[in-house]
Order: sequence, then structure tokens, then C-alpha cells
Amino acid sequence: VLHTTRPLHTTQQSLAPVPPLPEKGGEVRHGLIPEEFFQFLYPKTGVTGPYMLGTGLLLYLLSKEIYVVNHETAAAACILTVIVYAIKKFGPDVAAFADKLNEEKMASALAMKNDTIQTLQTAIEEEKKEQWRAEGRSYLFDAKRNNIAMLLEANYRERLLTVYNEVKKRLDYQVALQNLKRQKEQDHMIQWVEKNVVQSITPQQQKESIAKCILDLKALSKSAHAAV
Amino acid sequence: LPAAVLLKDTKLMDVKLGQLGSWLAMRDFTPGGILGAIRRGHERYYNKYINVRKGGLGGFSMVLAGYVILSYMWSYSHI
Repeated sequence: VLHTTRPLHTTQQSLAPVPPLPEKGGEVRHGLIPEEFFQFLYPKTGVTGPYMLGTGLLLYLLSKEIYVVNHETAAAACILTVIVYAIKKFGPDVAAFADKLNEEKMASALAMKNDTIQTLQTAIEEEKKEQWRAEGRSYLFDAKRNNIAMLLEANYRERLLTVYNEVKKRLDYQVALQNLKRQKEQDHMIQWVEKNVVQSITPQQQKESIAKCILDLKALSKSAHAAV
Repeated sequence: LPAAVLLKDTKLMDVKLGQLGSWLAMRDFTPGGILGAIRRGHERYYNKYINVRKGGLGGFSMVLAGYVILSYMWSYSHI
């Protein structure tokens, strides 16, 4: 059940950006007592106040046996000595090592952030370039239009040529047909005329023509003899 | 004339000694309230001494010392 009366997202998100971590933690003196305690007692008792308080407290605890001195005290003293010595000796090295680890983590995170920013920057520039490219689309369309017009023109002319060729073929066919017809009529007529002429030559006419040819030949031979 | 701050909203360091009883009485002692108080205290300590760039030894050793003293107090009768 969603309580619709509850207002949602009324304030600005306060989670980001995350404030950076403080550099150093609260000051602690001797590793045990915060600095605020010393500052708290400073106006009334000066610098030695807290130490006096500590000494008095210690003596009170010891004398009233609120803190009992037994074997555990000796063990605690030895252990504390060793621990303090170790910290004093190896502390700075360990601190430097930890700082180095931290630095590496920070550096990698920072590098990732910078890389992302760089990638986004290049993406923005690419986008702008694409937008600039898109402005030239009018030239593209002009070229395309020209291409299409040329295609249409070429197609039209091809078809015109085809039509012309087809019509010419048909007309040539008609012309050839007429020529053939005339040729055939001519041949047929010539043959018919020859046949009739040959038929009409009677034997009588043949003899007469042959006798005439012989006479002509004789006359020619006489003139030829005379010439020689 | 500055408006008087309610006793409920004063911090512990600003409470006068005479008002201490009534101030303690009106604190939130429900389980949720106690849990909230523990969480607030933990967050204060954590953000002051541990969640920093160059943390020192004090943050951890104070907790350890507190634990030592508390366990001594609880086992005092056995000594």
C-alpha cells in the first residue's frame, strides 16, 4: 500500500557530492586520552592539570586497592612495554604503507573518473561533428536528385531508341515485301513472255530464219575474204 | 530577548547541574530510542577518529582501553 499522502522527493538530494574525508582524526594524547579533555581543563588548571588529576587518580586507585596489584599487573606491564616499543619503532613504516595503499585506491578511482570524463568529452565532440555533418544533407539530396534525373533521362532515351528500331523494322519489312512481290511479278511475266514467244515460233519461220542466217554468213565471209 | 531553548533540546554540556535530573528523565528510553542513541554515539566516534584519511592509533586504542577498564570493573569481585 503506497501512502500517497506522503510527499516524495521534496528536498534536493543531499547525498551527492559526498564531502571529502577529513585529513586527520581527533587529536589523542598518549594514545589514550582525547585532546578535548586537556583543553577542557586548561582554563582552570593550566597545562599540568590533567597530569595532576591522572597521578592523583592513580594513587587513589592503588591506595584504596580499587586497582589490585597482582601477577596480572606484572604481565600487563611487560606486554605494554613491548607494545609501546613496537609501536614506536614500526609505527611510521606501517603508516606509510597504509597511506600508500590508500593513495593507490584514490589514484585508480580518480583515473577512472578522468577516463570517463574524457570519453564523454570525445563523445560530445563526435556528436557535434555528426550534427555538423547532418547539415550537409541538402547537398546529398541534390546529388541524389541529379542522379535520378539522369537515370530517368537515359531510360527515356533508351526506350525512344527501341521504339524507333521497332518501327523501322516493321517498315523495312513492308518495303521488302513489296519489292519481293514486284520481283516475283516481273520474273513471272518475263518467263511467261519467253514461253509464249518460243511457242509462237513455227517450224516454217525457223527454216526461213536459218536460211537467212546462212546467206548473211556467206555475205560476211565474202567480205572477210576480200579484207584478208 | 532571545527565545528560551527548551530543556528537551539542550545538549548535555549546556544543562545546568540542577536540571540534570529532569533532563535525564525526559530522554527517550524506548528500545528504538536507545538504539538510536547507540547509533548516534557510534557514528560520532567513528567519524571523528576512524573514518579519516590519516587515522592514528588513538581511535582504536581508546576503544581497547575502554574495554579493558569495563572488563576490570565487571570482574572486580573475582579478584
